[in-house]
Order: sequence, then C-alpha cells, then structure tokens
Amino acid sequence: MSTESTAAVEVVRSVSVPLSQARTFELFTTRMTDFWPKEHSIGSSDIAEVVVEPHTGGRWFEHGVDGSECPWGRVAAWDPPRKVVLLWQIGANWQFDPDFETEVEVTFTEEAGGRTHVELAHRNLQRYGDATEQMRAIFDDPKGWTGTLAAFAELTIAETQR
Amino acid sequence: MAASVDTVLDALGDRTRRAILEKLVLGPAAVGVLADQLPVSRPAVSQHLRVLKEAELVVESVAGTRRLYRINQAGLVVVRGYFDRFWETTLDNFALLAATETEADNRKVRREQANRNRPDPGRTHHK
Repeated sequence: MSTESTAAVEVVRSVSVPLSQARTFELFTTRMTDFWPKEHSIGSSDIAEVVVEPHTGGRWFEHGVDGSECPWGRVAAWDPPRKVVLLWQIGANWQFDPDFETEVEVTFTEEAGGRTHVELAHRNLQRYGDATEQMRAIFDDPKGWTGTLAAFAELTIAETQR
Repeated sequence: MAASVDTVLDALGDRTRRAILEKLVLGPAAVGVLADQLPVSRPAVSQHLRVLKEAELVVESVAGTRRLYRINQAGLVVVRGYFDRFWETTLDNFALLAATETEADNRKVRREQANRNRPDPGRTHHK
C-alpha cells in the first residue's frame, strides 16, 4: 500500500498555561530541554540539551551528555508568537531519516486572563504505516521501547489520578 | 488517550459494527455506500462508525465534500497510541514548567512592589 493512499493519522493534544502568548512561545521553543521526557533520547547517550534553531529551515536536534549531536528534524515554519511547525524526521527504526517527514504543528492562542492555549498536532503518522512490521518489532523488543512505553503509560495514569 | 481494551471490545461486540468492519476491509467507503449494503439506516451506520472511530478501529478522511471511512491499521493504532501518550506527558511537563515560571514572575513583581511601598530609610531618618 502506498503511503499517500492511507488516511491521514494524527494525534492532537492541548494544554492551557498561565503565561502570555509571547512567553509561552519562547518557553516552548527555548526550554525544550526542561520539559522533554528525559527517557526519549534518540542519540547514543542521554539528552543534555534539546535545540530548536529559531528560524524557518533551522535544525531540531539533541545534544547528548557525551557531546554527540543527533538530528531530529527541521523547522518548517517559524511564526512567533503564534505558531511553530517542526518536522519530526525519526523513522520507524528510531534513526534520523532525511527522506522521512512527520509534522508537529504547535499553535499558541491567547485566552482570557493572560493565559495561552497550546495545541499540538502530530500529523502524517500514517507514513509509519509502510514500516509497521518493523515498528512493531521494535515496540515488542523487551530491550527496546516497550520499557519507555510502559513508563509513559504509568506516568499518564498517575497524572489522570492526581 | 489511546482506546482502552474495554472500548475496543465493546465496539467489536456488536454484529452490525463487525459487518461494517468486514466491508471496510475490502476498501474505504462512505456512510451512504455502507448503508446501502447493510440492513440498517444511514444514521445508524453513522452512529456505529462513531463508536468504531472512538475505539480507533476505523479512521475517517475528508475528500472534498465526501467523508471516507477505512480500517485503521493495527500497527498505526500502536504508533498513534505511542505518540498520544508521549505528547500528553510532554505537554504536562510543559504546563508544570510554565506554572513554575509564572510563580517566579509573581514573586518578582511582589518583591518590586514591596520595595516601592517601603519608605526610603534615608529620608525617614532626616525628617
């Protein structure tokens, strides 16, 4: 099955924060290191820093604690303080693939009381469909991402019950 | 949030919904086409599709004015569930960070206000 004949698959999540639109945009794009789940390193070592270069065409990458640099994708649109579109170019084998693109669009909307609504849409996940079997093998590998998945699931449950 | 096992089992526990899935296995279809092939009304098919969608067993796409439904590939359910949980955690972390920043801002404002309201010690002394 070709990728584009498959229906678009996306994930949409949102959150409201007590900061102005400009501050929220700045926090999201410059402090990713501080809110990115630590377990989610693609590189050879733990994450020291997550960097989003502040312009269209900029790079999105992680610095490892061992000094290595591992690309994640690119900045497809830089429109402060309203919107940033990042291309997540991590393929089904959890390696950077310049020919693979999924899109993470983050929009920042002003709300009453100086708050900002952050909506994140991760689009074109159907593009993982072509490598579904490979993906499943990785998910099912006990040494692979299943542990991370389980940790995320626990976190999610903890958050829900709080 | 990815569909729970209960949601999926409930969705599959209905004969009409299973029939809809069997039709969709053959290829994507619109509500009207499904209704023509099944002994149920169009609104009933829509209702069943909604349940199947919530269980992430089918996905919907819009082509012009037409809505097409198709089987959600099992692997994609896993992928989608993974990213759904991932972004939920990440945005929760972000909200915590934002709340911390707001606290810090408020403390700074309060400190500045307190400093302004305090009488100048030098002046008070010479009064």
